[in-house]
Amino acid sequence: MFNKLEQVFSQLANAEISNKDNVYTIVVAKENLRQAAETLRNNDIVRFDFLRDIIGMDYTDSLGVIYNLSPSEDLSVIVLLESRTDDRENPAFDTVEDLWLSAPFYEREVHDFFGIRFLGNPDMRRIFLRQDWRGYPLRKDYDSSPIINPIPLENEDLDSLEYLPVLDLKDIDKERKSVFDKGDFVVNFGPQHPATHGVLHLRVSLDGEVIKKVDPNFGYIHRGIEKICEVSMYHQILHLADRLDYLSGSINRHAVCMAIEKGIQLEVPPRAQYVRTIIDELTRIASHLLGWGAMAMDMGAITAFVYGMRDREKIMKIFEKTCGGRLMANYSMIGGLMEDIHPDFQKDVKEFVVYMRKMLREHHILFTGNPIARGRMEGVGHLTREQAISIGATGPVGRASGWQCDVRKIEPYAAYDKAEFTAVLREGGMTFDRYYIRLDEIEESLKIIEQLVDNIPEGPFCAKPKPIVKLPEGEYIQRVENARGDFSVYINSRGDKFPYRVKFRSPSLVLVNVLKHIAPGNKIADLIMLGGSLDYVIPCIDR
Amino acid sequence: MTTADFKDNEYLEQYVEQLREGGVNVAIAKLDDIINWGRSNSVWPLTFATSCCGIEFMSLGAARFDFSRFGWEVTRNSPRQADVVFCFGTIVHKMAPVLKRLYDQMSEPKYVIAVGGCAISGGPFKKSYHTVMGIDQIIPVDVYVPGCPPSPNAIIYGMLQLSRKIKVQEFFSLPKQPKVVEHLDNPIEVVKYV
Repeated sequence: MFNKLEQVFSQLANAEISNKDNVYTIVVAKENLRQAAETLRNNDIVRFDFLRDIIGMDYTDSLGVIYNLSPSEDLSVIVLLESRTDDRENPAFDTVEDLWLSAPFYEREVHDFFGIRFLGNPDMRRIFLRQDWRGYPLRKDYDSSPIINPIPLENEDLDSLEYLPVLDLKDIDKERKSVFDKGDFVVNFGPQHPATHGVLHLRVSLDGEVIKKVDPNFGYIHRGIEKICEVSMYHQILHLADRLDYLSGSINRHAVCMAIEKGIQLEVPPRAQYVRTIIDELTRIASHLLGWGAMAMDMGAITAFVYGMRDREKIMKIFEKTCGGRLMANYSMIGGLMEDIHPDFQKDVKEFVVYMRKMLREHHILFTGNPIARGRMEGVGHLTREQAISIGATGPVGRASGWQCDVRKIEPYAAYDKAEFTAVLREGGMTFDRYYIRLDEIEESLKIIEQLVDNIPEGPFCAKPKPIVKLPEGEYIQRVENARGDFSVYINSRGDKFPYRVKFRSPSLVLVNVLKHIAPGNKIADLIMLGGSLDYVIPCIDR
Repeated sequence: MTTADFKDNEYLEQYVEQLREGGVNVAIAKLDDIINWGRSNSVWPLTFATSCCGIEFMSLGAARFDFSRFGWEVTRNSPRQADVVFCFGTIVHKMAPVLKRLYDQMSEPKYVIAVGGCAISGGPFKKSYHTVMGIDQIIPVDVYVPGCPPSPNAIIYGMLQLSRKIKVQEFFSLPKQPKVVEHLDNPIEVVKYV
């Protein structure tokens, strides 16, 4: 792999390349960015066809973008393609929206937060904030005064969402481009709607009953977590990670802990590693049960929802005993765990594994075999493997399309290398596959828990770090597999007690992008079910 | 004539006494008590959940906690049919007008329960540039349930507080006009980003 990468990198013109723990940083000039991206994407040796994220940066004197890339065949390789511009008035880079399907949303996000324009991308609407928001919040010189941006009294004007903004002076007299075609019948779906799984606003154009185009509108729960992280100390940002994707809160928190531990080179005791892994897997089961129940409820089966919640409560009971919290376990700390496990923990977990196996069979009988459910799910919402990679749909959705993207296997962290399990793959890419793979993953999670719970080593549960944690200067990336896919934390430190920049890679954002690509051509009644099968969590998208 | 004028009910008691002596079984009560008994035990909430607390709301509806014991289980998706809006989760600038509109669409008498730290005061997002620091800046709140997120037990306790509040109201003298809230009467602390 190393030789192959050398060959690819030699094709890049005027690039500075450095390597640290399988993370390759390539710095190119602004003019060469597009060419470098094309080379990485389209070469014949190693194709970097998975754009994980675009990270906007404000280096105080200049603005920059970082493209986080991986080849789909070997996800352990990460390439950070960096570029900067000194122009703070009109910063602009060339677009890559035609190279990766995931790029348009990411570019809009960077534009929203940093005011960086992507030349060639016509859709430069704000993605999270209102179109009439003043200033770019993640810039270091942003003024957060409520006088500049008071609480709005009126709903956002839908015309400002409908028409793309004018970017150049020469276009100012021309007719503004519209998202939908003229005469399209557009239905607003959300933001307050029980089936959107949060506050998502979809604008859907219809041809009779058939969906023509979906235009998602985010930001109804944008809390500015990344900006809050910049004024918080390291142990203070842990609880914010919980509140991103609250259904896999413990896993997200684990990721942030690991990134910080990597930075300060703190050895986590094995006892903590084991317990963290078990808690992560319990969280995953709880999330999948809710996802299963909510999807069934979206299709009209309320019984399934109640059954799913009933089994989930068993996990909540275990959490209450050991962590004190229910949904927000707040259990991982920098260096280990908040406190030791409850004496009953192992007994309860083992009882739960037996119980869950029994119930899983019941769930299959209740819903999987149901001819009505199968009729609705089979052959609907096809996502191909190439699409999944290009959009960056990781997690159960990517694996249901046949893409092996399980971080637990590719880059084992915590105690995952101590357990035997298979990362379930399905080839179909249909709604039914996305439904079925979650139940299979519950089974695999039970296997992991079963193997680890009896072997929790004795010893300390936490390695105490210094009271004030200071990360050495540099960039830290940590990926974990949360219930929705590849959740990455990017921390840029300048050696201070506050991080300089924190970026969370949301697996849910790409899932809405998936919806945008698979919904057209389906019936409007199936839109809700497709959303249920993707199981996105909106606060994770909006951050 | 207002409801408060009907305080002297002595003649009613005498009348009942006479009837009882004649062998007729009669019970008297205030209409308010009966109506409020009914109202406080069948409050229909609006399904309005923006983030984490919404999951605890789901738990509340499911088997272990089961809020249908208190007659709250008829969740409505339209604000026009709802009595109470449980505000589960953070309200941000973009969502604020939506919440206000939902509240305005509800018919009187209507109640608001702010669940969780975010809805009460901004909670963990106090330093944010985009969070509304407490929904009482937009709509009037009847009951606050603290926690991040509060456990379903706490939410049940909050619900019962609202029940108590409804029981002591005089139904016939409830305001006909919707309550008006002064917008942003308390100044917000400005956070300086370094």
